[in-house]
Amino acid sequence: MSTSTAPSIAQVPVPEGVHLPIFMDNHSTTPVDPRVLETMLPFFTQHFGNAASRNHVFGWTAEAAVEHARGQIAALIGGDAKEIVLTSGATEADNLAVKGVASFYKKQGNHIITGLTEHKAILDTCKRLEREGYEVTYLQPAKDGLYTPEQVAAAIRPTTILVSIMFANNEVGVVQPIEAIGAAIKAANPKTLFHSDAVQGVGKVPLDVNKAKLDLVSMTAHKMYGPKGVGALWVRRKPRVRVDPILDGGGHERGMRSGTLAVPLIVGFGKACEIAQADMADEAIRLGGLRDRLYRGLTSRLTDTFVNGSMEHRLPGNLNISFAFVEGESLLMALKDLAVSSGSACTSASLEPSYVLRALGVGEELAHTSIRFGIGRFNTEAEIDYTIELVVRAVNRLRELSPLWEMHQDGIDIASIAWTPH
Amino acid sequence: MAYSEKVIEHYENPRNVGSFGKDDDDVGTGLVGAPACGDVMKLQIKVEGGVITDAKFKTFGCGSAIASSSLATEMIKGMSLDQAATIKNTDIVAELNLPPVKIHCSVLAEDAIKAAIEDYKKKQAARTA
Repeated sequence: MSTSTAPSIAQVPVPEGVHLPIFMDNHSTTPVDPRVLETMLPFFTQHFGNAASRNHVFGWTAEAAVEHARGQIAALIGGDAKEIVLTSGATEADNLAVKGVASFYKKQGNHIITGLTEHKAILDTCKRLEREGYEVTYLQPAKDGLYTPEQVAAAIRPTTILVSIMFANNEVGVVQPIEAIGAAIKAANPKTLFHSDAVQGVGKVPLDVNKAKLDLVSMTAHKMYGPKGVGALWVRRKPRVRVDPILDGGGHERGMRSGTLAVPLIVGFGKACEIAQADMADEAIRLGGLRDRLYRGLTSRLTDTFVNGSMEHRLPGNLNISFAFVEGESLLMALKDLAVSSGSACTSASLEPSYVLRALGVGEELAHTSIRFGIGRFNTEAEIDYTIELVVRAVNRLRELSPLWEMHQDGIDIASIAWTPH
Repeated sequence: MAYSEKVIEHYENPRNVGSFGKDDDDVGTGLVGAPACGDVMKLQIKVEGGVITDAKFKTFGCGSAIASSSLATEMIKGMSLDQAATIKNTDIVAELNLPPVKIHCSVLAEDAIKAAIEDYKKKQAARTA
């Protein structure tokens, strides 16, 4: 039995060109790209008109800018500008899609299918609909986080009005086989509508609404270097898909979403989509390279690490990894110069660890040790290398403090202990 | 969440990290919590003539859990077993300014002290039996 003293937090020298703190939590949000901001600025003070004003130049200018942005947004997913319903963000878009379809098509059926790893904007909306009498099937993903087209098709009934499966997951970054799922849905029931919360995937990996046979797609600007407070629901026009509105008012957005349009934000959203579309292929290669560098750096120097979710079908900038025997929040505390997030319960008010990791079958003890790295447009190779140093030192230090690590080193099976849950 | 300065101080400079031989006659070991709940504390005491002469800990848990166990080892050193048994989690909460969501960390530290004392007493009883 060793008597070890925990090393105090060793200072890792900050390399030239690295500025602290480092933001590596690009699934939570992203900074606004300077090119996006530049496009937005004239629409605050100069072209400030209401896009719904039909009788003067201020309104016309605003309307033209919004229409241009709709085209940029729609182009990113292979849709048409007329199919874009602008919202306050993806939570609203998700609510509008699920509640709007459920309400409009209730005579056709009352069954909805979704997945256990969906965002709360979908899951909690579905739970509300269940209380109102709708039936919801929650699909269980495989261990790698993927749903199979066969599994989705098997759940479809004659009364299934909607399937909502996210494009890419916000925690583990797993990208679904969206085209195969779309084909399976339409083969099983051509009347069933297909919605995807595509917030994390759009602008990062290609999505074509026609190839994926999608009917509705939720998007948001702030996950792709646009401003917070604006999103969109793409709603197919041919054949026409209908949603009942959530908000009543001036009948904007073809009656689907009343409310004065946030012109500067919409202009920024459009520009962000244009940049994402132009740079997507190159950026995916660069971010994938940085992510793989981070993965190799961490796993070559630390044992007992586990990647959560498929490594193959994953967003280029995502790494979700568990460092066994080190609790996530304590690790975040050691990484105070690095903004990342954890699936540990301690980072939330509830004492449950990440429901996404649980749905993948990750044990609670490992879910508590998970860290999500979200690498984005403005991260650099020097930041990745510095991150590796910080994380390796912090994990080693906390393992020296961990009784579970000590037991593991002594060959004791942690699962064999009669623990006292509290 | 923002941590109190005292939590950060204990987290960055934890006191009495380490282990005693758990089979040693003069050592009592408390192992409380569960990996599935996200915190496990191992707290050990070394006892001489009914007095805790030394204490060590290892903790898997959040910063507040690490700070709570670090503080607990500091508090009990030099105390008699009876004195140490009277330490309440609220003493730890007060010292570290723990927010309500972290109260369970202090409860775990109190449990760890009691479990270590109990383990020591059991060993002594077995020895004299």
